[in-house]
Amino acid sequence: MSPSLLLTLTWVLPLVSAGILMAFPAGSNQAVKRFALAANAANLVLITWLSVAFLQDHPHAPPGSTESVLAFAADYAWFPAWHIHYHVGVDAISMSMMFLAGVVVFCGTLASWGIGERSKEFFVLLQILAAGVFGSFISFDLFAFFVFNELTLIPTYLLIGMFGSGRKEFAAMKLNLMLMGGSALILLGILGLYFESGIRSFDIVELSRIHFDKGFQMWAFPALFLGFGILGNLFPFHIWSPDGHASAPTAISMFLAGVHMKLGSYGCLRIAMYLLPEGCRPWMDVFMVLAAGGVVWGAFVAVKQKDLKYMNAYSSVSHCGLVFLGLAFLNLVGLRGAVMQMLAHGFITAAVFCLIGMIYGRTHTRLIPEMSGLMARMPFLAVSFIIAGFAALGLPGLAGFAAELNIFLGGFTAGSPLATVCSALAVLSIVVTAIYVLRAANGILHGPPNAAAAGVSDATLIEKIPLVILLACIIALGIFPGPIVALLDEALLPILNNLNR
Amino acid sequence: MNLTSCLMLSAALFAIGAYGLVTRRNMIAALMSLELMVNAALINFVAFARFGGGHAAAPDPEAGSLFALFAVAVTAAEMALALAIVIAVHRQRRHLDIRDLDGMHG
Amino acid sequence: MGDSTVIGPLGENMGLIGYGILAFPLLSFLINGLWLGRKSPRASAWTAAALMGLTLALAVLLANAYRGIVLANPGAFPARAALLWEHTWMSFGLGTDSVLAAKAGFLLDPISVMMVFVISCISFLVHVYSIGYMHDDKSAGRFFPLLSFFTFAMLGMVVSGNLIQTFFFWELVGVASYLLIGFWYAKPSAVAASKKAFILTRLADAFFLIGMLVVGISAGGFGFDRLNSPEAAAALNHTVGAGFLTFNLLTVGTLGIYMGAWGKSAMFPFHVWLPDAMEGPTPVSSLIHSATMVVAGVFLTARLFPLFSAAAHTLRVVECTGAFTAVFAAAIACTQTDLKRILAFSTLSQLGLMMFALGTGAGAYPASMFHIFTHAFFKCLLFLSAGVVIHAIHSNDVRDAGGMRKALPRTYWATLIAVLAISGIWPFSGFFSKEEILHAAFASGHYGAFLAGLCTSGLTAFYMSRYFFLVFHGTRGFHGAYAGSAAAGAAGHGGKDPDAHAHPVREGLLMTLPILILAVPSALIGYFSKGFFMRAVLPSGSGTAEAGGEALAHGGAAWLPAVATVLALTGVAVSWYWYGMKKNGPAFPNGKAPAWYRILSNKFYIDELYLFLAKRVGARLVAAPAAWVERRIVNGAFDWVTGAIKRMAFVQSLAQSGQVQLYIAVALLGLYLLSRFAGLAF
Repeated sequence: MSPSLLLTLTWVLPLVSAGILMAFPAGSNQAVKRFALAANAANLVLITWLSVAFLQDHPHAPPGSTESVLAFAADYAWFPAWHIHYHVGVDAISMSMMFLAGVVVFCGTLASWGIGERSKEFFVLLQILAAGVFGSFISFDLFAFFVFNELTLIPTYLLIGMFGSGRKEFAAMKLNLMLMGGSALILLGILGLYFESGIRSFDIVELSRIHFDKGFQMWAFPALFLGFGILGNLFPFHIWSPDGHASAPTAISMFLAGVHMKLGSYGCLRIAMYLLPEGCRPWMDVFMVLAAGGVVWGAFVAVKQKDLKYMNAYSSVSHCGLVFLGLAFLNLVGLRGAVMQMLAHGFITAAVFCLIGMIYGRTHTRLIPEMSGLMARMPFLAVSFIIAGFAALGLPGLAGFAAELNIFLGGFTAGSPLATVCSALAVLSIVVTAIYVLRAANGILHGPPNAAAAGVSDATLIEKIPLVILLACIIALGIFPGPIVALLDEALLPILNNLNR
Repeated sequence: MNLTSCLMLSAALFAIGAYGLVTRRNMIAALMSLELMVNAALINFVAFARFGGGHAAAPDPEAGSLFALFAVAVTAAEMALALAIVIAVHRQRRHLDIRDLDGMHG
Repeated sequence: MGDSTVIGPLGENMGLIGYGILAFPLLSFLINGLWLGRKSPRASAWTAAALMGLTLALAVLLANAYRGIVLANPGAFPARAALLWEHTWMSFGLGTDSVLAAKAGFLLDPISVMMVFVISCISFLVHVYSIGYMHDDKSAGRFFPLLSFFTFAMLGMVVSGNLIQTFFFWELVGVASYLLIGFWYAKPSAVAASKKAFILTRLADAFFLIGMLVVGISAGGFGFDRLNSPEAAAALNHTVGAGFLTFNLLTVGTLGIYMGAWGKSAMFPFHVWLPDAMEGPTPVSSLIHSATMVVAGVFLTARLFPLFSAAAHTLRVVECTGAFTAVFAAAIACTQTDLKRILAFSTLSQLGLMMFALGTGAGAYPASMFHIFTHAFFKCLLFLSAGVVIHAIHSNDVRDAGGMRKALPRTYWATLIAVLAISGIWPFSGFFSKEEILHAAFASGHYGAFLAGLCTSGLTAFYMSRYFFLVFHGTRGFHGAYAGSAAAGAAGHGGKDPDAHAHPVREGLLMTLPILILAVPSALIGYFSKGFFMRAVLPSGSGTAEAGGEALAHGGAAWLPAVATVLALTGVAVSWYWYGMKKNGPAFPNGKAPAWYRILSNKFYIDELYLFLAKRVGARLVAAPAAWVERRIVNGAFDWVTGAIKRMAFVQSLAQSGQVQLYIAVALLGLYLLSRFAGLAF
């Protein structure tokens, strides 16, 4: 089988498995879980194989080129009349995102092992959601990208509304309304690109050759960047995410915060910034200020949260702000820092949400003041929580630092006073991150055990597997960022060259 | 009998059906009125097939009858479904007054 | 990755030694942390100590080889720093040849070799001591991996050849100390102390990161060879900004970096975390205070000394913070009643000495490094012996001790040596290093700092002998009588230490052996290594030849040792008068301590000030309003928009009656109108 077909298989496999799962008889919980796990494990193996193949051999863009070069590319006419193609392929950015998504879906499946009722519906929806995200990351046709992106919204709504907790209906509605609003902006931008290009094409690579009219770029860029920014948790349009992530079931929080959100920042980079460089440059200062605002804002608001999930959700606001900050510096180090941060935050936040779910399953509370002394009862989970927490606050040797260092360096080399001030603010907000991370870790793990800690047991084998995988990714990314950074640079250079055109 | 009288009959049936559909409160009666309207249309099909021969609009006299037969079958199925809904509604509400069934108002 | 370079006449084997020095502690962390610690705490303790022993052996080999090379090539070192090896960790440009790259290397220069030796030596002894100390502790299996990790982080920090590696391990040192200070996590005070230590140093580190980036980018590289060159200082020395907001990049960058050292070395006002850090097990305290955490700040300042000395303002700040902290902490130490807190404030004071010495200029650089060296041994000894005392009396309070001379004879003599050393009595090690610092400060004309140093040495002699008399002389619990009235209000009272388990007073071999071993360098190392330090331990980079000359040329003030010794002896005498002669401290009129005494014993109320700032200002004025705005205004905007849409929908829904027949009628009417429109007539 050719690699490009295997690439397509990454979204076909979850979708087909969703179809098969629908045929399972009601009440066959164990069989449903095992089947979903097998499908997602197979997909993870497939993606890992593709990643390894990509590492071994992938096409290189010639120096100075402004055109992204894709590995495993395939291009079929879909609606020839409208020049809609099914054009897929990967470069280092999308490959790393695919890997992140594969790992998080697999770990999320294991983290949902405790789900009891209606597990069939749960996994069907999860598989559809995963298919949408996988499809989006490999699509290089705007139409296909949009279709896959929209495919994720409905399962998200149902998963939060049906399986969530707290004000789940409200949260699901809020999340979907905000994301639909973002989609409307994206659609506007995409159609603008289609008609304005003069070649009636949705193909990202083809569109990157077009020099769009400056006036068009000036309105299309903010529409696209904002549309993707809403999905990517850009302050102050982040308001859907704390409610959504806090109400969602564990695996969905992991997937939404860890992977789905990255679709937004990925779109900002791949579509808005890549295709509309002239609109990007004048607008970027505005988004830089918003990004820095998000970094500081999310951190401060997280300090006051009592609910662990809300705390982590606001921490995501802060960390996604760093992604946008890296993008806004418009230099190689900043861009690569942003992509590294997407990866790092994906793994870290998935691990934290996974842990919060497991802690909640034991103590039946998510409120920090109600827990104490869990360290003695569940050492494995406690140590994992501390590692994930330290990764979130940017401890060297873990994934967060490698990303943040690049972003800050990008900010200080950007040369504009605004960039310097924004990155200095972001550096200082790390102290606030330390406050809320330690407040949570010390609050729930340390101190004398209280009533919530009674009868709490440590992680089971099934729970240990996802944590070990996620933490291994966090540590590996933190200790050996060099090779990944070099790969990302290759993929980022065409984008950067286009920006400097 | 000619085309005009057939069309007159069809128009009358259609008008009666429409009147019934708008005014009858009972859901079954409304459905029967609806059926009248459908059959008015079917009479047109058959009439045009029978009397419109030689005209470019109806090259094949068989087609009209066939179409009517086909529509009868479809309407039968539709009626079966509609009646099932009616029975379900009746079970739940204990009445079939169409004016009280305004749940779609929101 | 993989661009390994060996500079200078150092062979392949030296490179291997370098890897080994870092690998053994890391190995100990991994083996014990992942597996052995849970399996068998005893085996884990011995494995960790054995691996640290190997590290020490390699460090000795390295130091010996390096010393040979330095002696064989007079003039070549330390002007030429040698990198044993270096790998690119992450490059910040295109390809690996970029000047801006984060590298992982092993730098050989006098101070890194000195620190490698000190750290591995102290750490090995602390590991051995801990085998005895943690013998009855259930969580010993968790203790040893962390201790080894702490050592690893500090070793990685001192051997780094560039700022990014320094920062990397700097943070790891911070996190290791966080985990070790909060080791007894069930104890709320330990948890609070660990959090305080981490957050305060983290705050300082944020400025360090900013300073590092500013300096590295403007100087065109993060390597110390680059940063310490005159070209880097020249490249940095320009003003940026506009209007009233103008900065000198050199000043801003170096000040930022110094902020990191400021926090890590707990200079005033960052000092508050260090006394609280006593909540950790005593071996950890001894490691933090002698060779790892707090020394890192002084080390960083020394490491970038050539760059700092180009920035006059920064150097002035270094001098002032150091001098102030030296006197300030010494004054507080005079009234404390917690065994370990007295030692903690003494560390602060000694760090102040080292810091202001660096601030006075290149002449004091060797003296400062010399003091790090001697201080490591006697401070470690003091903490380890305090641990023995705490084990014996099950309390942290000096007022519960007394008369320990009989019960702990070996500890008594060892502590005596260390107290004499820290008080600066000839011929113990502290005398030499302290004298050098005072000499250098005087010779370079920094009379303020010089006076602060003199003052500190007097106070040091006073509070250390007070400590000594209270703990070892008198009779057991004798001081408790006087403590009774004060204890109720004394904030420093540590209470029962949970690590003090019920067993009779004894001096276990594993615990006393390291103390006795440490007594040897505490007594002698000053005399024997003074010459080497003054001659060979000079700032790396260029311009060191004249600096060294300056360091040697200050022998003029022959009266200085005499004055310092007289001051120290006065301190001891006052202490003997108040505490030694079976008395309970200064007699205050009507038994009530005067205001100055209360201010001192409450540590100038700085902790209370911090609490006020954190709780009232930080939480109430920033975080709480932010959360409120987030809930009411940012999220409120969404609610308002959805509400508006709902109201619009209601207006629309008026047309939607739900009456099917009305719809049909409208549809029929529409059909009719449509047909009329299309030109058909009924």
